[in-house]
Amino acid sequence: MRSGLFLLVCLIVGGSVFAVALELGNDYYFFAGYVVLQYIVLATAWNILGGYCGYVNFGSAAFFALGAYSTVAVHRLAPVPIPVLVAIGGVVSGVVGFGMGYLTLRLRGAFFAIATLALAVVLQTLIVNWDFVGGSRGAYIVRPESIAPFGSYIRYLFLIMMLLAVGSITVARLIERSRLGYGFATIRDDEQAAEASGVPTLRLKLIATTISGALMGCAGAPFPYYIGYLQPSSAFGLDYAVNSIAMPLIGGTTSWVGPLIGAILLGSLQQIATVTISSAVNLLIVGFLLVGFVIVAPNGIIGLVQKYIRHRPVEPVGRRPVSADAPEVAP
Amino acid sequence: MIFSFDLLINAIVSGILIGAFYAAVTSGITISFGILDIVNIAHPAFIILGSYVAYIVNATFGLDPIITAIIATPAFYALGAGIYQIYYVSFEKRGEESMRGLAFFFGLMFITEVTLVLYFGVDYRYVEAPYIGPTLHFASLDIPLRILVPCLVSLLLITVLQLMLTRTFIGRAIMAVAQDQLALKLMAIDPIRIKRIAFGISIASASLAGAFLIIIQPVEPSVGREYIGRVFAICVLGGMGSLPGTVIAAMLVGIVESLTSTFYGPSWAPAVSFGFLLLTLAVRPAGLLGR
Repeated sequence: MRSGLFLLVCLIVGGSVFAVALELGNDYYFFAGYVVLQYIVLATAWNILGGYCGYVNFGSAAFFALGAYSTVAVHRLAPVPIPVLVAIGGVVSGVVGFGMGYLTLRLRGAFFAIATLALAVVLQTLIVNWDFVGGSRGAYIVRPESIAPFGSYIRYLFLIMMLLAVGSITVARLIERSRLGYGFATIRDDEQAAEASGVPTLRLKLIATTISGALMGCAGAPFPYYIGYLQPSSAFGLDYAVNSIAMPLIGGTTSWVGPLIGAILLGSLQQIATVTISSAVNLLIVGFLLVGFVIVAPNGIIGLVQKYIRHRPVEPVGRRPVSADAPEVAP
Repeated sequence: MIFSFDLLINAIVSGILIGAFYAAVTSGITISFGILDIVNIAHPAFIILGSYVAYIVNATFGLDPIITAIIATPAFYALGAGIYQIYYVSFEKRGEESMRGLAFFFGLMFITEVTLVLYFGVDYRYVEAPYIGPTLHFASLDIPLRILVPCLVSLLLITVLQLMLTRTFIGRAIMAVAQDQLALKLMAIDPIRIKRIAFGISIASASLAGAFLIIIQPVEPSVGREYIGRVFAICVLGGMGSLPGTVIAAMLVGIVESLTSTFYGPSWAPAVSFGFLLLTLAVRPAGLLGR
């Protein structure tokens, strides 16, 4: 399918989801749906670096929070429409991703992973100490009650996040089928061989880190408007880090479908579990699912489905399948 | 802030003392990450687990946290050996340790932290012991016993580990497994068994480190996250897999952190280890005492 057509299909699907949510007439669906869409963006973004290149980023929360806090900072300077804020958040996170990658990606993959883990802690320290964006007290962003053509403001936010989700999936699919994507795959499979064959591995890794970081920043930018009151511990929440890793790994990392499936499944599961059980228990469920899937089903749900299709027993023509306990028939 | 000589000396001494404790915290990572090449990012979570074991026993039986930790080492060793077995079968054997192995340890860290939060909440917990409270005074120098005691026991722990690694058969086998697994096999030693033992020892050290931690400061489940950047920074700076290097790097990080929190404010201290980590990776990835 051509990318233009794919984008059109995505937009139609997104539009119909929006229409259905409107039809249901309850703003709760927008609040819940927003979170799921946000996870689709985060999981897809993580997968561009983690799934395609094989480099694990534990700092999704840091990139997400960077986007959210650049919104807070800009908001304090001048009132700017949200799409502009999304762009700013993306640029800030992309630049930080590039810098981090430049310092650590020349070494073994583990060092990059460790550096991203530490990045989250350090950025949180910076934010806590930075009074301009509220410091440890947090910052209030007053969400307008309504906005012109959409009615309540959450519908507008939902629509923006929907467009971001469609955009990131399209970008991921585009990368997958381009020269860039094949380059990423060579890094994932055997970096030394790729390097020896003339693949500019460092440059490709930097491109992946920048795109991935920028998308996470975009996902974080509207967050202050959604939550209304942003504090460092909620923006840097460990649940963003764990979910953006768990969703692609549970869905399947090799194509754009995996993070999408993982995010929809886990995201909705958590929305239900948060309401019915408790938010701490549902994080525990995510943790166990992550560990369980990486041990038992390394290729995620997609891998399981592919295995099932490949191994489906083909019934021989003209013969009844013999069940195990059927009596032996003498010739 | 007015520069004061007393303040400087005090900051440096407390940095050295805290550094010895950091060395104990990092020794487990030095064995698992430095020697065995297993990126155990869940190590700080096991340290917090050790702190809570010390806390529970101290709160119910009033037993000394360090003695509790020593008693608990076999349990932690078994836990470590079990985790390595799972890790080996599911990731190392299939050659998938780089991504899924990392995610596995991340999941373990997450599960440990959330479970502790569910059981104990996010309140800070602390232990009672006779050496928590009093402070030694030498001229203008103040040394709190609650830091001195863990510091001395930490140095003892590292010395024991170093002697074990260099003088005993198992220890030498552990050093050998880092260099050449096949050669070890040719000597009729099972490298997997050696790695299992080494990983068990590394987790067992977390039991002690956890007890030191809860003696030095009150602990809540997410404290471990602050230590991730720190322990890996120290491990890399120390030259990956060298215990003497770990001690030197830990003291260096301890001193710089202590100076930072004395002269700029304690909330900046976590940024120090990250700076060290990035700087080391960018300038000298082999570390101070690297091979």
